[in-house]
Amino acid sequence: MPALKELEEAYLHSQKDREFQRELVHLRKTYIGRPTSLYFAKRLTERLGGAKIYLKREDLAHTGAHKINNAVGQVLLAKKMGKKRVIAETGAGQHGVATATGAALLGLECEIYMGTEDMKRQSLNVFRMRLLGAKVTEVATGSKTLKDAINDALRDWTTNVRSTHYVLGTVFGPHPFPVMVRDFQSIIGREAKKQILEAEGRLPDCLIACVGGGSNAMGLFYEFLNDDVKMIGVEAGGKGIESGEHAARFAGGSIGVFQGCKSYLLQDDDGNVLGTHSVSAGLDYASIGPEHPFLRDTGRVEYSYATDDEALNAFELLSKTEGILPALESAHAVAEVAKRAPEFASDKIIVVNLSGRGDKDVQHVARIKGIEL
Amino acid sequence: MTRIGKAFKRLKKDGGKAFIPYIMAGDPSLETTKETVLMLEQCGADIVELGVPFSDPLADGPTIQRAAERALKNNVTLRKIIAFVKDIRSSTHIPLILMTYFNPVFKYGSERFIRDASDANVDGLIIPDLPPDEAADFIKHARKANLDTIFLLAPTSTEDRIRIVAKASRGFIYYVSITGTTGSGLLFDGSMERLISEIKGCTDTPIAVGFGVSTPEDAAAVAKVADGVIVGSAIVKKLHETPDTLKDYVISLRQAIR
Repeated sequence: MPALKELEEAYLHSQKDREFQRELVHLRKTYIGRPTSLYFAKRLTERLGGAKIYLKREDLAHTGAHKINNAVGQVLLAKKMGKKRVIAETGAGQHGVATATGAALLGLECEIYMGTEDMKRQSLNVFRMRLLGAKVTEVATGSKTLKDAINDALRDWTTNVRSTHYVLGTVFGPHPFPVMVRDFQSIIGREAKKQILEAEGRLPDCLIACVGGGSNAMGLFYEFLNDDVKMIGVEAGGKGIESGEHAARFAGGSIGVFQGCKSYLLQDDDGNVLGTHSVSAGLDYASIGPEHPFLRDTGRVEYSYATDDEALNAFELLSKTEGILPALESAHAVAEVAKRAPEFASDKIIVVNLSGRGDKDVQHVARIKGIEL
Repeated sequence: MTRIGKAFKRLKKDGGKAFIPYIMAGDPSLETTKETVLMLEQCGADIVELGVPFSDPLADGPTIQRAAERALKNNVTLRKIIAFVKDIRSSTHIPLILMTYFNPVFKYGSERFIRDASDANVDGLIIPDLPPDEAADFIKHARKANLDTIFLLAPTSTEDRIRIVAKASRGFIYYVSITGTTGSGLLFDGSMERLISEIKGCTDTPIAVGFGVSTPEDAAAVAKVADGVIVGSAIVKKLHETPDTLKDYVISLRQAIR
């Protein structure tokens, strides 16, 4: 608790601290490469035959995913707080890579916790983190995925709380993390709004983003919450809801209290957390950032899911029609667009958050297709 | 006064310190847990803490995590542990505390859980991921049901936290000797003595120290400054790896805690 209070105070202070904000803006521009472009996907639009589809290209941010927005923000904050060391959990490896990058940039020691299962699926990212000077620690307990990595990162944080800041990678966990991560990610929506107004002279009709913990979706949605814009969050449907092998918390979960917050959770009747499955490690998580249930229960945001097969098809669809390999996480959002776009008239506009690039998934997709590289 | 309160009162009168062993309920089976509780009482334990297995035990180190995984594999649940306590009450009156994470309680229904636990003659509750700030209703219902709520303090706790936790705790206050998880090494740097005397400045509630006590020497050192000593991981480990040596080890702990 004292660590969370200390963090909350430091974060609130940084919001008003001109020097901190100036430094963050400068790093966003010169290091992360912001603003990322808003790209009109002409061939995909023609192919699907409905709404005009724009892609918010977070895959073009440094390190290849939106995760860097939050990681650089938090590592900068950690440095201002006088911490010598940062730790993080990672599922797909993107947040681990982003945190390792931020730590290298600002000269802090870095340790990343990653489930054994995820290390296998994302061996390339494991090597990337090590190249960036981070220590990658394997988590072999529980389901050996993201939730177990968070458990071990939290255990590390309680042990080394005086010297260490925990860079939580999504809009989850105890306050102030959900708020802080959302704020660092909301640059996505602010840019997208400005860019779509420039390109089309009006707001989009619909926003679509995939939802694991939910940070890229919150990042895109937040700026538009008070506008007349439909929003859809896409969870991982895995092998289908009936199969029990998925990570669709809204479709298959109930309210629980887990890892410091109250939200929807995949759990059994005794309150134990269930194992999850998704083809994409970044969506393979049993709970969801607590602001999403709020947005869902108030009817502001609609949530659906895409199965592994749908995501894999979307992965190939975007690669072939636009020359963009999406991360398998982002491919879930593309799968939803493939379903929805034809339902819209051709003068309607959909903005999709292309949260990351798919290079990290190439080996995994090859394995699924039975191709030896 | 609850059974836990009475135990501390008796110890205070006799000038003794409480020995509070922890075991994971259902590791390896609830039958073994029953035998172990009775053995612990016979060896002079004052209070027994029963761990409730949870899939994601955040505050626990690897020893207790593994024990929880084994118990879960045996399908041991909060429901079964409450029934277990009810059953064992025909054999023993030793104060029993459930140490559980909050989600199983939440799923069970907080009020229903408090009622059922109290009916089964559970004496106290430790929920490490339920901070007192979020527990006003829970504490109110537990008080009515005569269940002690035991909250945790750590070396990083500020004066404010000490006051909040002291006010919310009944039975005893659980002082976590280290910043870290159960089963880590104990640190003798004077911080424990300092914090404990600070806590004693704001409350008369007894203070028991846990996390990191593994040898009789550790236990003796902790007993000098605290009202009670909690030993968990070391007992869980012995019970799993070398069950034949557990009784002698428990006796050596009892002798060390004076």
